[in-house]
Amino acid sequence: MAETKERLRRTMMFVPGNNPAMVKDAGIYGADSIMFDLEDAVSMAEKDAARDLVYEALQTQDYGDAELVVRINGDDTPYYHNDIKAMVKAGIDVIRLPKTETADMIKTLEKDVLAAEKEFGRKEGATHLMAAIESAKGVLNAPAIAAASDRMIGIALSAEDYTTDMKTHRYPDGAELQFARNMVLHAARAAGIAAFDTVFTNMDDTEGFYRETNYIHQLGFDGKSLVNPRQIAMVNKVYEPTEKEVENAKNVINAIKEARMKGSGVISMNGQMVDRPVVLRAQRVMMLAKASHLVDEEGNYIEK
Amino acid sequence: MKNSVGRKLPDDLMKQLNYEGFKSTEIGKPQVQRVAPKVHVSTGDDKLVDSIEDVVKKTVKDGMTISFHHHFRNGDFVFNKVMRVIIDQGIKNLTLAPSSLTGVMNDIVIEAIKKGTITNITSSGMRGSLGDFVSHGGLKNPVIFRSHGNRARAIEHGDIKIDVAFLGVPNADKLGNANGMQGDAVFGSLGYALMDAQYADNVVLLTDNIMPYPNTPASIKQTQVDYVVKVDKVGDPDKIGSGATRFTKDPKELKIAAMVNDVIVHSPYFKDGFSFQTGSGGAALAVTRYLRQAMIDNQIKASFALGGITKPTTDLLEEGLVRRVMDVQDFDKGAAASMHTNPNQQEIDASWYADPDNKGAMVDQLDIVILSALEIDTDFNVNVMTGSDGVIRGAVGGHQDAATAKLTIISAPLVRGRIATVVPKVTTNVTPGDSVDVLVTEYGIAINPKRKDLQKAFANLPGVPVYTIEELQQMAEKKVGKPKPLEFTDRTVALVEYRDGSIIDAINEVKD
Repeated sequence: MAETKERLRRTMMFVPGNNPAMVKDAGIYGADSIMFDLEDAVSMAEKDAARDLVYEALQTQDYGDAELVVRINGDDTPYYHNDIKAMVKAGIDVIRLPKTETADMIKTLEKDVLAAEKEFGRKEGATHLMAAIESAKGVLNAPAIAAASDRMIGIALSAEDYTTDMKTHRYPDGAELQFARNMVLHAARAAGIAAFDTVFTNMDDTEGFYRETNYIHQLGFDGKSLVNPRQIAMVNKVYEPTEKEVENAKNVINAIKEARMKGSGVISMNGQMVDRPVVLRAQRVMMLAKASHLVDEEGNYIEK
Repeated sequence: MKNSVGRKLPDDLMKQLNYEGFKSTEIGKPQVQRVAPKVHVSTGDDKLVDSIEDVVKKTVKDGMTISFHHHFRNGDFVFNKVMRVIIDQGIKNLTLAPSSLTGVMNDIVIEAIKKGTITNITSSGMRGSLGDFVSHGGLKNPVIFRSHGNRARAIEHGDIKIDVAFLGVPNADKLGNANGMQGDAVFGSLGYALMDAQYADNVVLLTDNIMPYPNTPASIKQTQVDYVVKVDKVGDPDKIGSGATRFTKDPKELKIAAMVNDVIVHSPYFKDGFSFQTGSGGAALAVTRYLRQAMIDNQIKASFALGGITKPTTDLLEEGLVRRVMDVQDFDKGAAASMHTNPNQQEIDASWYADPDNKGAMVDQLDIVILSALEIDTDFNVNVMTGSDGVIRGAVGGHQDAATAKLTIISAPLVRGRIATVVPKVTTNVTPGDSVDVLVTEYGIAINPKRKDLQKAFANLPGVPVYTIEELQQMAEKKVGKPKPLEFTDRTVALVEYRDGSIIDAINEVKD
């Protein structure tokens, strides 16, 4: 994998690449990932301007710890190559390919990105990739797509195009997305990369947003794509671990420390052996707890 | 000369107008003498007239000082009606001393200046074409900008001696008992106009709604009023205030508001019986909503809310989260209506609100205030008067006055479009940094280094990054670059008083 250290990807915020105010302010909302869009949010007449704007912003603006992603135009468009070159040159963290249907599309992208890295003297392999799955074919090929390159860090389901392809539309209960969500999620997990759920566009339906986010959290998604910064706090709230989970995780972490001090390879807690999955889960809970400002760097509870 | 905040002031004007430079935010405990108005004795039976022309003929003479209030804001009809008559009667050399000037007054003020009707202005502020006109040297004598509290002080001292006050009201009886709460063009509190009613030599009320005598509650009393003029309409209700106050959906404003709320809640002042002033504007209204939740969560109630009041604040009163609301003005219909019906809402005049030369003003008792800024500099000085082009486009309002609160929070975005809000030096210093405690931007906060206690209190707030103000300024400059310095001529077009009557800054003519 390109990414060895796990990072939180609860929120991937879409930012129209042609909107200077939004591009400038994208860093202030605490999104785990910021996705500058050069594709659907940008009209044909503004493709070059948007690319230039995002390129300049990446040179001059400080987006803190956020992972920076750009959604480029597909390889069936005349913008694809220039998008890749500009974004690789700008040092983008991740390039997101829209409407991915086959592993070959990722392999082609990988080749194009490598060429750009060579051209602009960027460290080879430094540019990560992710794929958006937006069709029936893409869903069925998701496992191969997810595993198509070592640069892959995640795959995302895009429900608008997908439901159209499936001759349906989105419903409040999300039944139409069941198969696709599980397919994408399994493909991601099998490949050891992140899975992002689709956007929820009705800003007035807070209840519906929480319902959907709770559901995809339960399934195991890393997080959700977002269209509005106001949704970030809501997603983070869903991903916030409970006090009980944090306590349990702290006990596991302490048990690891203890075992390490003793030089023991076996971690035990309350007389029982702690398995690797339990350790991994505990580490993730502590990471979420820190990100949710529940605990400080040392893992102590922050008093509200 | 330079004053204590390093502002260069024009020696000749300072001497000519007998001004001193700003020294300190401390008012001290001087003994002051107030003035009293002339009384034209009457039994009151002949006050009611229906001709503005007749009243102007009887009261206004060349060289006088006339005043108006701005409670009708952009729905004002009175100012234009009266000024039209004054200009047409050929009266000259007047000093215009309204509580403030709103956009609907601009055209006729410019006309009056051009015709020599108005030769001096003192106001809280001005915007739009009038600000532009003055900033380009349209008025020979410098405008004097005063805060609401300072205007009250100046009137009480006799620095502003009002000869005739023309006060529009939504109701009055034939002797002049009036309030701002009944009728078509209601605006709630008459706070600023009460000063004029109390101190002007001639008080002329204009109303479209003559009530049976005696009219109560009487905010302005018959003992103060010389004439009541019946006009067809005093104002446009739809333009007086916003209708239903809408909760902002702008994520950046919400972000700033949430951070302001965090600062308040973690301050030493957020405890039962605290007091606050929030003002209007998107972020301020959002703060009120966040604050409401924080008060419920922490079981804390406020003793009073102060200043310009909006419906979200009167909602807190209804809910029992605030014990009293003290209105010097009301910004929306909801607050104005509540003023009429809720006995726990108190109309206060500008002196009670904020006059520094007082036996205690409300702002002296204020714990927390949230204020805005066009610019704030690395010494925490705030500009709410001139734009990034150096042109007058704002008002002192209650800014200097309320900034004397125990915790003064400036809430402003780091940059607006391509213009930095946090700057090395403000274009015009209106509120001295000494009275400002915390700046909240969408990127984080900066605490006045003089407030060691607050530095400590806000040191480790999750989600509230603390920067030095210099760091925030650098951050802004990095985003939008370094602007070319503004160019001004040597001519002073306005002087900004501090609330004690000293001069905190001068505004010069812009060079185009």
